[in-house]
Amino acid sequence: MPLAMPAPEPEILARREELLTRLRKILPAQNVIADETARRAYECDAFTMYRALPLVVALPETVPQVQAIMALAQEMNVKIVPRGGGTSLSGGSMPLEDGILLGMSKFNRILEIDFENRCARVQPGVQNLAISRAVEHGGFYYAPDPSSQIACSIGGNVAENAGGVHCLKYGLTTNNILGLEVVLMGGEIIRLGGKHLDSEHYDLLGLMTGSEGLLGVVTEVTVRILQKPTVARGLLLGFSSVEAGARCVGAIIARGIIPGGMEMMDKATIHAVERFQPCGYPLDAAAIVIVELDGTPAEVDHLVGVVEEIARAEGATTTKASNSEAERLQFWAGRKNAFPAVSCIGPDYLCMDGTIPRGRLPEVLKGMDELAKKHGLRVANVFHAGDGNLHPLILYDASIDGDIERAENLGADILRLCVAVGGVLTGEHGVGVEKRDLMGEMFNEVDLAQQMRVKCAFDPAGRLNPGKVFPTLHRCAELGAMHVVGGAVPFPDLPRF
Amino acid sequence: MRVEPADEKGVAEAIRAANAAKSPLRIAGAGSKAMLGRPSVGDELSLGALSGVTLYEPEELVLSARAGTPVSEIEALLGVHDQQFAFEPIDYGHLLGGAPGQGSIGGVVAVNASGPRRLKAGAARDHLLGFRCVTGRGEIVKSGGRVMKNVTGYDLSKLVAGSYGTLAALTEVTFKVLPKADTEQTLLLLGLDEEEGLTALRQVSGAAIEASGLALLPKGASPLRLGVSTAAIRLEGPRISVAQRLEDLHGLLKPRGGTMEILSQEDSGALWLALRDATPLVELSGQVWRVSVAPNDGFPLLSALRSASVPLLAHFYDWAGGLVWLCLESAPDAHAATLRAIVDRLGGHATLIRASADVRASVDVFHPQPSALAALTQRVKESFDSAHILERGRMRAEF
Repeated sequence: MPLAMPAPEPEILARREELLTRLRKILPAQNVIADETARRAYECDAFTMYRALPLVVALPETVPQVQAIMALAQEMNVKIVPRGGGTSLSGGSMPLEDGILLGMSKFNRILEIDFENRCARVQPGVQNLAISRAVEHGGFYYAPDPSSQIACSIGGNVAENAGGVHCLKYGLTTNNILGLEVVLMGGEIIRLGGKHLDSEHYDLLGLMTGSEGLLGVVTEVTVRILQKPTVARGLLLGFSSVEAGARCVGAIIARGIIPGGMEMMDKATIHAVERFQPCGYPLDAAAIVIVELDGTPAEVDHLVGVVEEIARAEGATTTKASNSEAERLQFWAGRKNAFPAVSCIGPDYLCMDGTIPRGRLPEVLKGMDELAKKHGLRVANVFHAGDGNLHPLILYDASIDGDIERAENLGADILRLCVAVGGVLTGEHGVGVEKRDLMGEMFNEVDLAQQMRVKCAFDPAGRLNPGKVFPTLHRCAELGAMHVVGGAVPFPDLPRF
Repeated sequence: MRVEPADEKGVAEAIRAANAAKSPLRIAGAGSKAMLGRPSVGDELSLGALSGVTLYEPEELVLSARAGTPVSEIEALLGVHDQQFAFEPIDYGHLLGGAPGQGSIGGVVAVNASGPRRLKAGAARDHLLGFRCVTGRGEIVKSGGRVMKNVTGYDLSKLVAGSYGTLAALTEVTFKVLPKADTEQTLLLLGLDEEEGLTALRQVSGAAIEASGLALLPKGASPLRLGVSTAAIRLEGPRISVAQRLEDLHGLLKPRGGTMEILSQEDSGALWLALRDATPLVELSGQVWRVSVAPNDGFPLLSALRSASVPLLAHFYDWAGGLVWLCLESAPDAHAATLRAIVDRLGGHATLIRASADVRASVDVFHPQPSALAALTQRVKESFDSAHILERGRMRAEF
């Protein structure tokens, strides 16, 4: 089913010239991109299935400029779509034809590194990996490491609550940031948290994280930095069935071990990877599990032994432990190349992102197999096995009529299956546009209305990134009055505030 | 008046009735934290009947319980499987003049409880995966889930954690639980002055030692009652790892002087339990503040308080200096203005934890917010509870 975006509002389109003129009063001329060819570069993020030409692209360089643009948008009743590195896999920064695309790429400075308080203050356009690079001379790093870390921005990481392969042990973005500066619709500025740990009053820092650019525009981030573990070793484990691999993952955790990373790949992915760039994965295995253990040398050596013993008990057909940093990186090379490798076995792929209770993995894989057959498509699987986050890659060919729709329908069915076993629609990619219309699978009307009321507290006119996350748009006044309980409106005579 | 619904549906009925009558409700799980925050008004809505663990899958590291379930019951169950709440939730019992071990799991969320391991493992907010609740509007709402990684919709778990019941009455909460370390040991560094001791703690926090507790006890403070100020460093993990890190730690600290002592597993456990529950301040009768600042602002905070002649009865530091517990001589204004002016200069916030109800009603218990943030906070409150039914006045006089 094609995703519909809110129809462009003619009254906004009609005032485009006025908007451009006023934006040019706020920004240097070259930072207001009005030319169609130049705007084309911004027509989508990493969710490339859907595209739209933004009304205008604005590239502020200072916080007062962001404030002025947010005030102008409010005054002129124009929509705003914030954009960081443009790597969202769910269309979080997909432009609107009647909206300003607010590109934060010029906010690219690291403002302060504070080793003593173990934190860094950075601008939102700074790339994820650049933070780790900036602090590595002190032996530190920034823990969340999404696959796109060379390109994605920390502001976008905050918006999406980005994860990565190390989040079972080290947490998501939300567990690794201490402070935010945020500009609200209308231009007001608020500071949340700081260098201290607890944020008092309502935890708006936590709420902002993962709010997908619907609540405010982040203009500064204070991140926690961690000391790099002394040593890390990898284990490459092969299994003759996916079930055995899944059992092994469960057994490792049951033993009280939380590895730095624990990833799983199915046969289709293993073969794709080995064809793309061989890295020694066993081709006879139905699944492989890569386990990374980090800490002090003695601890890591000890844990490697324990994990090997668990893997053998669970029937591993291959157990290899890395004995050098080069070998550890080689184990990971295939995992890091999984997405490009898969695109070589099918011209296009759609990457899904459900999370399930880990123990349900075998049954979900079997279900996915059946669904793929039903839709006549193939699926390759990569998982963050430790935390149950699945990335089924649906292979399709956009040049074949109807294949895109088949892929989307299969994706939706897979996510429905995830929810049915107690899981969720998205573990780390965000709802965005992509999963917006499936929100009803997880939440009922009342749940969604409450989330939308929170949105109203930040953006009563609904001008910030509309059309994302929520399947329906409601006016805030309507939500305030709406009182649905079990389908009935109780106390109809009760005065509303 | 007191209502004690049997289930979530009953909670929703009670809150809708309160909306209809425009009368506020105070929420109580076990009632162990009634003395925290500003005094709220209204009838009591007891969640005590909503009790019991509803899901526990140790291999999946997940546990759900109804909001009124005693924390002690959950911790005992987790203990059977060598698991724990890694955020080490404080038990306010002794500090607030009651008995320990009384709190409910809903209360842990409501105050966003944490403990010494906060600097490594986070607070309740970092471990709450999802919840069910009845909002101040009387609507049953769920958010989050039971899986470790989830970005579906707004993270309302963060909002309810630390909201003191002002947004919604929680009915069921789901937590990430983690394995207990099989070994813990604590190194005591004795004889450095406070400032040097805190510098040492910050050095440890920046080294690859993975300390899970970094506290400083001034001279004479209970529970150690030593003649010198003492920095305490906790290491947890597999035996072999703790032994190695202890050696590394020894090497790291040796140049600083002072003497070192190692506490056994049992003594270490007792010490950190005492620090978690603010035991050094329990026996004193003054007003207690909990101040969160950047770690290297802990000592400057104390220096500034001394320069301003604030009558300090006792204090200690946790989180490598980032958490300062203060006991001040009682005063009608709780020395709030002086203390907060200093905290505002440094960056951070000060919460009044223990004071009489009169003082808690007249002094801002929670750190005052700048106007734009205060207005936004009130709008968020009203998005859940437009009529100010739940815990009216508990966090702020305005709602």
